[in-house]
Amino acid sequence: MDALEVTGLLAIGFCAGMLGGLVGVGGGVLFVPGLVFFLGLSQLDALSTSLVAIVFVATVGAWRQRRYGNVRMRDGLIVGILSPIGVVVGTVVANAVSERALELSFAAVQVFFAWSLARRALRPPEPAGASSPSGPANG
Amino acid sequence: MASRLPKLVAIATLGGAFSGLFGVGGGTVIVPLLILWFGYGEREATGTSLLAIVVIAALAAIAQGAYGNVHIGAGVAIGLPAVAGVVAGTALQQRIPERAVAAIFAVLLVVSAAVLVL
Repeated sequence: MDALEVTGLLAIGFCAGMLGGLVGVGGGVLFVPGLVFFLGLSQLDALSTSLVAIVFVATVGAWRQRRYGNVRMRDGLIVGILSPIGVVVGTVVANAVSERALELSFAAVQVFFAWSLARRALRPPEPAGASSPSGPANG
Repeated sequence: MASRLPKLVAIATLGGAFSGLFGVGGGTVIVPLLILWFGYGEREATGTSLLAIVVIAALAAIAQGAYGNVHIGAGVAIGLPAVAGVVAGTALQQRIPERAVAAIFAVLLVVSAAVLVL
């Protein structure tokens, strides 16, 4: 490992953790390309190895956020523990449709989420306590 | 209350499916759905998402480790600076408006979607 690789791993690791802390993701979106680029891992190995780093980020991040009062333990544990159902469903779906179709559909979902969150970000602040039902009533 | 569990199961299923398929995606599904379906505040959604990800990523890491795809040393090497990053990131998050968190997340989602499509 030369100086460039060490510096690169430190920088991209720190940025991935920072992103994880800011927006509540594991940081795989940065870990995977970082491991491919700086250490020359294959895509599959990088994806698998990034999970180790994600466990670090998520554990420390959840611990910090709990101290800040931002973790609902029950909901988080239910989602985490039930996620293997999704892994099975995902594997079945992956074998039924093309990888390209999966990529495009996930990208579409992400753009929809981005649009929904951007609308929240741009909306003027509302007084707390307004209980809105799950169906958005047009903004 | 009765309608909460099916939605939590749906979030878990989608988060697990996307993280299993793409390696990333657990958080990018969980955070928006906690906000849009459950009316979580942005900070609560990100904190709760991280707790769920601990379990999801640990299970996935064990499964991939069994196939011999995990380079432990490399994961630790990139994960240690990330621990410093996440402490800084969570501290910073407490000091910015929740709307800014939503905006940063929206940008991340668009970038991630572009990477998937390209």
